Amino acid sequence: MQNLYLLVPLAPLIGALISGLFGRFIGPVWSHRTTILLVFISLLASIVILLDVLEGNIYNGSVYTWLMTGDTRFEIGFLIDQLSATMMVVVSLVSLMVHIYTIGYMHDDPGYQRFFSYISLFTFSMMMLVMSNNFLQLFFGWEAVGLVSYLLIGFWYTRPTAIYANMKAFLVNRVGDFGFLLGIALVLMYFGTLDYAAVFTQAPGMVDEKIELIPGMPWLVITLICILLFIGAMGKSAQFPLHVWLPDSMEGPTPISALIHAATMVTAGIFMVARMSPLFELSETALSVILIIGGITTLFMALVAVVQNDIKRVVAYSTLSQLGYMTVALGASAYSAAIFHLMTHAFFKAVLFLGAGSVIIAMHHEQNMRKMGGLKSYMPVTYWTMFIAALASAGVPGFSGFFSKDAIIEAVNFANIPGGGFAYFCVLVTVFITALYTFRLIFMTFHGQTRMDAHTKEHLHESPWVVTLPLVILAIPTIAAGWFIGPIVFGDYFNNVIYVLPHHDAIEKLGAEFTGIGGMMMHALSTVPFWLSMAGIFTAWYLYSARTDIPGKIKVRCGPLYKLLDNKYYIDEFYSWLFAGGTRTLGTMLWKYGDIKVIDGFFVNGTARVVALTATVVRRYQTGYIYHYAFTMIVGVFVILTLWLY
Amino acid sequence: MSFDFPLLSLIIWLPIVFGIAVFATGNDRNAQLARWISLVGSILGLLVAIPLYTNFDSATGAMQFIESHVWFERFNVNYHLGVDGISMPLILLNCFITPLVIVAGWEVIKERISQYMGAFLIMSGIVNGVFASLDAILFYVFWEASLIPMFLIIGIWGGPNRVYAAVKFFLYTLLGSLLMLIAFIYLYLISGGSFSIEDYHKLSIPLTPQILIFVAFLLAFAVKVPMWPVHTWLPDAHVEAPTGGSVVLAAILLKLGGYGFLRFSLPITPDASHYLATMMIVLSLIAIVYIGLIALMQVDMKKLIAYSSVAHMGFVTLGFFLLNAYGIEGAMVQMISHGFISGAMFLCVGVLYDRLHSRQIADYGGVVNKMPIFAAFFMLFAMANAGLPGTSGFVGEFMVIMSAMKVNFWYAFLAATTLIFGAAYTLWMYKRVIFGAVASPAVEGLKDISKREFVLLAILAISVLWIGVYPYPLTEVMHTTVDQLLAHVSNSKL
Repeated sequence: MQNLYLLVPLAPLIGALISGLFGRFIGPVWSHRTTILLVFISLLASIVILLDVLEGNIYNGSVYTWLMTGDTRFEIGFLIDQLSATMMVVVSLVSLMVHIYTIGYMHDDPGYQRFFSYISLFTFSMMMLVMSNNFLQLFFGWEAVGLVSYLLIGFWYTRPTAIYANMKAFLVNRVGDFGFLLGIALVLMYFGTLDYAAVFTQAPGMVDEKIELIPGMPWLVITLICILLFIGAMGKSAQFPLHVWLPDSMEGPTPISALIHAATMVTAGIFMVARMSPLFELSETALSVILIIGGITTLFMALVAVVQNDIKRVVAYSTLSQLGYMTVALGASAYSAAIFHLMTHAFFKAVLFLGAGSVIIAMHHEQNMRKMGGLKSYMPVTYWTMFIAALASAGVPGFSGFFSKDAIIEAVNFANIPGGGFAYFCVLVTVFITALYTFRLIFMTFHGQTRMDAHTKEHLHESPWVVTLPLVILAIPTIAAGWFIGPIVFGDYFNNVIYVLPHHDAIEKLGAEFTGIGGMMMHALSTVPFWLSMAGIFTAWYLYSARTDIPGKIKVRCGPLYKLLDNKYYIDEFYSWLFAGGTRTLGTMLWKYGDIKVIDGFFVNGTARVVALTATVVRRYQTGYIYHYAFTMIVGVFVILTLWLY
Repeated sequence: MSFDFPLLSLIIWLPIVFGIAVFATGNDRNAQLARWISLVGSILGLLVAIPLYTNFDSATGAMQFIESHVWFERFNVNYHLGVDGISMPLILLNCFITPLVIVAGWEVIKERISQYMGAFLIMSGIVNGVFASLDAILFYVFWEASLIPMFLIIGIWGGPNRVYAAVKFFLYTLLGSLLMLIAFIYLYLISGGSFSIEDYHKLSIPLTPQILIFVAFLLAFAVKVPMWPVHTWLPDAHVEAPTGGSVVLAAILLKLGGYGFLRFSLPITPDASHYLATMMIVLSLIAIVYIGLIALMQVDMKKLIAYSSVAHMGFVTLGFFLLNAYGIEGAMVQMISHGFISGAMFLCVGVLYDRLHSRQIADYGGVVNKMPIFAAFFMLFAMANAGLPGTSGFVGEFMVIMSAMKVNFWYAFLAATTLIFGAAYTLWMYKRVIFGAVASPAVEGLKDISKREFVLLAILAISVLWIGVYPYPLTEVMHTTVDQLLAHVSNSKL
């Protein structure tokens, strides 16, 4: 079995190396064949491992010692349990679909082999992240997925917007990683190890430990650790206020928007917090912070999605908002619900993105929805798969998103820590907004009149099978993945992996009422979220299909609000003024004044000038005339004699 | 362990003898001969250093491969050599870098080739001498001698402002080391007439003289490292130096300062080190934050990398004066890693400079369109410079940040800002130089790297990745020595 564990990350790594280093020799076809085969192997291995784990075979062991210093051994190792095995299957499945899809999407791109190399490298990095049994390797994977994300956002490196977006993404992520690394350092300092199991065992004994960051203001160490780790999650999972990079990441090719910036990488933060549940459970302050951050992200990013016209940006803001749902679930200690939503979201959001990509190909790389419309009859497969995903996203009973989202909303309702009420309000209102923007996308893109130019319209046709096949395959779990909510969320699937304190355990209370998926659906009909969702879909239909003249009027009527949303609350402008501008000004000042004027100008060259000046003056005494010297001597003798006599 | 063969002498003198032989080839008519002799000499220099690693006993913290002969009997000066877990990796680094520098200058240097190559070989031997000396005077001689080849390299093959830079470099470093000589003489007197460095380690010295000795050493070493605020010679020297000179300067010569702290300051004046540790930590943190910000605003690639060197060397001094095992080993790893990364970064700039004769970021843009292989290498080294896990740049910074957290949360906080600033200045430069559409006709005419350049960069790339993925063997050799050093430093010598 251990060899199989190694195979999961190594197969895609080998694929990445072959395609990356030798891509120009083996050509595009063999590049995609090799990488797809190797990712497929990784998927098969992951499935075998998952089945094995479900039989109760948990593995926690090291592969090799990375470093030894002081008394600490840092190791590279695997922890294979229900959580990691589930993630492995989700990651490799979506990755495989995206690999296949890429054949169609990127087929004339000059960087074809490079692209396959990157996405395989991503799969490797993500596997290392989820399979890790310690914080160090987690950080490795964490930064490695960030690197691949950077490379892929900037894949079309001649576009100024792409190379701006990728640097922004990397740097914003680095701000998160800054907190994350400090959190890891605190863990090492207080626990003496970075191994999950050892840290979690010791954690309950640490609850009363305090640290004084500012003298006289003690903090609970656990709270500080959890908040710092969560800052890392905020970067990677794009939570307010570190969310700014994700919408811009849409500059990358669409397959990676689906794989990295929707289905897998951005959920790393969620995964991490769930993995750390034995730590986070011990700090209610941290959980409150998570609830509030998650609530803000959920609601405010969903609002922005409503006014976007770029099809990818709608889905991107939707991703932000859905990540907010997962974060709220974490804050409410409903870790299993968060992971479950992560999984269902991975499927339906991958379909939405890949579908959007399919539309973009058909539209000759036009992404503005105002220039689309009526695509339904031209692209039936894309339409129906996206429609299913939209139903899932809007939380219509029966589809996967309904089950996971409903569990989260109900769990937040039970949360009794500060911020719970606010978060509940956010997630509830967002149900309506989610349905609204999702179906706004569907209606604007696929229904109504065609608004594209004649040339594009002439060439409209369904995408090739390599594009639609992944859509169809992913549409299956988009519908059905939710049906497993019983065992996964309410059952004992995550026993011994996710740890919840009894008085936080909202899921336990929900589980007591759970009578099966049919019961859950029936019950939903009498609850607020269902009707909000229906209202959202209806509003979308009314505004964007029935009375398309109204949105324009609303826009005029609510000018300032529209402007605020359209400019994403001016957060980007604010950041680029404060952080980018501020840092540059500070840097210039330190350079021009600190280094050039003070150190070099005053001290270094100043010293040289003083020496030169002294030399110029002193030189005058060495005239070479004997009578000058004699005169000086006589004066000297007089002075000495006077002093001596006196 | 017994090892009778004078291996260290061979490691020191073989490159010097080859260097002299290269000089003997005379003027540029024999350029090809000079190149090949240099290459053979530098590779032999690397080969003879291999037994140093294979025969090294990492279980002991004592000096190994000891050689001792009387030099000046009258003053008890000895030709006394030996290495431990601190100096051995640095000697290997030096022997490893030398052939790369020779190859880097292969076609690029067109004038006075024999002198250029010879200077590098001789410098390589001298630097080995610095690391291997156990006698203070011998150390001092090698230390000062190492200035001469670099002074010439900058002064002869440098850029337009080379004389200013060379003189600044020379005076700055000379001034620092004179105080070190005075400290040696003082130690000679109070030790009853010994120049043995190991004897100095055992001396008990009152606090005030300890502080004075510490400050004398500090000036010598801080200038070399360089620490803030005595760093301003480095950007000038780098900008004017030819590529090979920059590589050796960054990869090797800066390490002399770091080595000095470990060999002299910490063990000879442990109480002063504790007493002044906070000051040293603050200076190091200023180097990391302040220099990081300055690096961001540079318009000259070499200056940017030079400033980034200062910031990265800040981690070295920070690690030393946190005075725990993570810190010192992290600082050592950082020194080795910085040798690879800064060397590679300067080579990358050299590759561009050789083609376009400009170091200005603004003169480039869209290089990736014309030089994809080069861009891939440069990406790797840029990421290593930004401390990405999996590259050597991460290991040292990680260890030092972990170490800083043990001492004070805010030290770790400030040190960790390198995650942001390091990435910002490196990637911003990378973006402006490499990415984008082809910016000018000059860039349009660029040719991708030659086989020679490919081999150079590939060797460095493998090294950077190897240390990033598996640093264990590297820290293994220094464990015992560092533990012993820490035990020594924690004992008061008052």
